[in-house]
Amino acid sequence: MLQATRIALAAALVAFGGAAVAQNQPVIGLITKTETNPFFVKMKEGAAEAAKAKGAKLLTGAGKADGDNAGQVTAMENMIAAGAKTILITPSDSKAIVPAIKKARDKGVLVIALDSPTDPADATDALFATDNYKAGVLIGQYAKAALGGKPAKIVTLDLFPGHPVGAQRHNGFLKGFGLAAPDAKSNELGKAPEVVCMADSFGDQAKGQTAMENCLQKSPEVTVVYTINEPAAAGAFNALKKAGKDKGVLIVSVDGGCQGIKDVGDGKIAATSQQYPLKMAAMGVEAGVEYAKSGKKPSGYTDTGVTLIAATPVAGVESKDVKTGTDLCWGKK
Amino acid sequence: MSSSFKDKLPPLGTLGPFIALLVACAFFATQNERFLSGGNFSLILQQVAVVGVIAIGQTLIILTAGIDLSCGMVMALGGIVMTKFATELGLPPVLAVLCGIGVTTLFGLVNGLLVTKIKLPPFIVTLGTLNIAFAITQLYSNSQTVTDLPPLLTALGNTFGIGDTQVSYGTVLMLLLYGAAFFVLRETAAGRHVYAVGNNAEATRLVGIPTQKVLLGVYVIAGVFYGIASLLSVARTGVGDPNAGQTENLDAITAVVLGGTSLFGGRGIILGTLVGALIVGVFRNGLTLMGVSSIYQVLVTGILVILAVAADQLSRKGAR
Repeated sequence: MLQATRIALAAALVAFGGAAVAQNQPVIGLITKTETNPFFVKMKEGAAEAAKAKGAKLLTGAGKADGDNAGQVTAMENMIAAGAKTILITPSDSKAIVPAIKKARDKGVLVIALDSPTDPADATDALFATDNYKAGVLIGQYAKAALGGKPAKIVTLDLFPGHPVGAQRHNGFLKGFGLAAPDAKSNELGKAPEVVCMADSFGDQAKGQTAMENCLQKSPEVTVVYTINEPAAAGAFNALKKAGKDKGVLIVSVDGGCQGIKDVGDGKIAATSQQYPLKMAAMGVEAGVEYAKSGKKPSGYTDTGVTLIAATPVAGVESKDVKTGTDLCWGKK
Repeated sequence: MSSSFKDKLPPLGTLGPFIALLVACAFFATQNERFLSGGNFSLILQQVAVVGVIAIGQTLIILTAGIDLSCGMVMALGGIVMTKFATELGLPPVLAVLCGIGVTTLFGLVNGLLVTKIKLPPFIVTLGTLNIAFAITQLYSNSQTVTDLPPLLTALGNTFGIGDTQVSYGTVLMLLLYGAAFFVLRETAAGRHVYAVGNNAEATRLVGIPTQKVLLGVYVIAGVFYGIASLLSVARTGVGDPNAGQTENLDAITAVVLGGTSLFGGRGIILGTLVGALIVGVFRNGLTLMGVSSIYQVLVTGILVILAVAADQLSRKGAR
């Protein structure tokens, strides 16, 4: 009997003790689009480091594939059930995720979007992300300056129709190049007479190569290629090389992955706008810890920075060299 | 035997895809003078080579009234194995390629054994192996693209000139494989057995044809084709891409269906599959030349798939 009481008491103590620790330690959930993309792997790394430094408990989850909204919703529900008071999420589907986020916020959970906004953007408490329009402007300015006196015959290898990040980078590029372009809020791809061919690459190397090959058939006179990301840029380079045009055509891109930076060093990509997933996640964890301590929520949009990386600097456009890019890149160095 | 099968082939099902392809080509030729050039056609062939070769394996399986959802992912895994073995393990390129084809063949064998020995439906089996192949690809590659390949791995992407037109070796290989598959299916006993199993497995078994062996063989051979497609994909992009193959399973099934092969098994011509793959490639290329969004290619593909299946269904009713 005594034995049983002792055990029950011990169990109760453990349970209370456990609860006390759980209450003091902020629980933060990070939900990425996929588990495997190096960009999100780097993001998880940043979150894990920040959580360790700040004494927070980090839960991570993801959709099964890019675009898997239901998987993200399930992950969010499970994390809130596990006691998470802060959710950091990279929305796979900017609209479809909104009702689930509203439910979470109604329960007092702080929700911060990382990397890309929800639609509407104020569905989350805050957004920590790259300024994708600015990322486009930087490579547009670079391309304009690097082209010099050559005629501007531009091919754009875009993401896919209707995605805000795809539109912002595309329109920012046109703006930076000095062409008429929609503003950062527009979800439409701007068109200009200098753009001789527009095609969707889905951010994929093989599809980017196919798109570039077809654009070369339409407009062999191309001098500048804008690409949504570095895999698409690698595909474009392959297509140009096979057509014997890899020397005379300028490729610019966005991302800053280690492979992309290496391609800048090798001269395949002229310049790329590098973004910082590690920083997005670290800032998100810090905000979550602050919320747990003081109840203070961040709000609005925070720019996590973007840097132009180019092997050959051009006059009038500030850029960093390949070494700086390599130090800060994500993926396999 | 051969002639009775030929009689059953519906003229619409066989000629439909060819007519659709010709009409599409004629239309695009009027829209852009660059469309109708040797270089452009060579390009379209290069662009459809990977899906085209996967679709040979897929056609064999669909002829037996089966289906393979795993083909694209298995192809991606083969590509990762080849490239990683050749770079990180430092294997001689030829051996690395054989290892890659070995892995895809192994997946075909596993699919085939589960279908024939445990009698699981092919749809479920290959749904399972699709996920398994995807996961292994991501885990083994760490989701990292494999670069700096030895030249031999990308040799099929090289081209040679026929007149002014540059043709890739990969294109030639694809056409040779179609030729071989056409011959085997049409002229050999093994090929006719594939049709027979798809038409009526029970009757086929009763006349003494080892249907299980035929089925198993079909899945294994399909695996070999996926391995060859891996090499074509690596040669085309110049890297081992862990994210390759994600749409190729449905693209391959689309090519087979567009080409007039019946999803109910037993009927179809392998060359129709090549035409089916070309239809998709021609629309993608032609619409870009017109400056129209390639989303319309997806729309047209959807409509043509339904037309193709409807034609098959109507001709079946007519045959009864």
